[in-house]
Amino acid sequence: MIPASAFLVLAIILFGLGILAFFIKRDLLTQFMAVEIMLNAGNLAFLALAKASARAEAQVIVFFVLTVAAAEAVVGMAIVLHVFRQKKSVRTEDASELKG
Amino acid sequence: MAWLLFIFLSIVCAGSVAAMIISKNQAHNALFLVLAFAALGGVFGLLDAPFVAVVQIIIYAGAIMVLFIFAIMMINLKEGLPAERKKIIYPIAGVLGIVLLLELVAVARRAFLQGAEAVPAGAGNLAGIGHLLFKDYLYPFEITSVLLIAALVGAMVLSSKKESP
Repeated sequence: MIPASAFLVLAIILFGLGILAFFIKRDLLTQFMAVEIMLNAGNLAFLALAKASARAEAQVIVFFVLTVAAAEAVVGMAIVLHVFRQKKSVRTEDASELKG
Repeated sequence: MAWLLFIFLSIVCAGSVAAMIISKNQAHNALFLVLAFAALGGVFGLLDAPFVAVVQIIIYAGAIMVLFIFAIMMINLKEGLPAERKKIIYPIAGVLGIVLLLELVAVARRAFLQGAEAVPAGAGNLAGIGHLLFKDYLYPFEITSVLLIAALVGAMVLSSKKESP
């Protein structure tokens, strides 16, 4: 029997790695992947706590998180393609006109 | 046994995310992410959530990552592999294809010859999830469909080229 804390530790590690990847990587696509990892770490925490408290609601929440993640990925990819058409690059340094 | 599986899946998951941070190739990053999501699906299975585990693998490791790989393909058009690496790839692809074929044959034999096994009652409480989704959370569920339509239309509008400048 694995305690919920073990799963929560894994969720924290994954979330931390996701944040690390988001800030280290300099291309938009990989940063998107990092966001997906963070969403998944959140899902894992939901499910771990759901098992600890024996409630099924968390699985429904995870289902909604998955849907939002899919929608976010679709719109995000469209925006990345748009940036690529304008700048001929997906590096974040090349899209820094808004920097003060 | 469960602990061994958990530790193995955790190491695969965290390791492939770490490899994603180290690797420079976007296509490799996407494949590492598929591995991480598949391992995470296994972890969800350990948490008595088979529905979420299957959905994780179908939607994340399948649909969303195909989207990522399509975007990488459209953005990073480079020359094909050098000739010496092409030679290595054919035997590896052959072996993997044969392994996949054997797996499918084994699954089909079990399904057709021995009859499909009934899903054990209360497996991850699927009926309970359906009840929650279509009764208690009916409005969020319906709003989700509006969200998906909005994302679809938004993506089409954003990625279409303008007729005239």
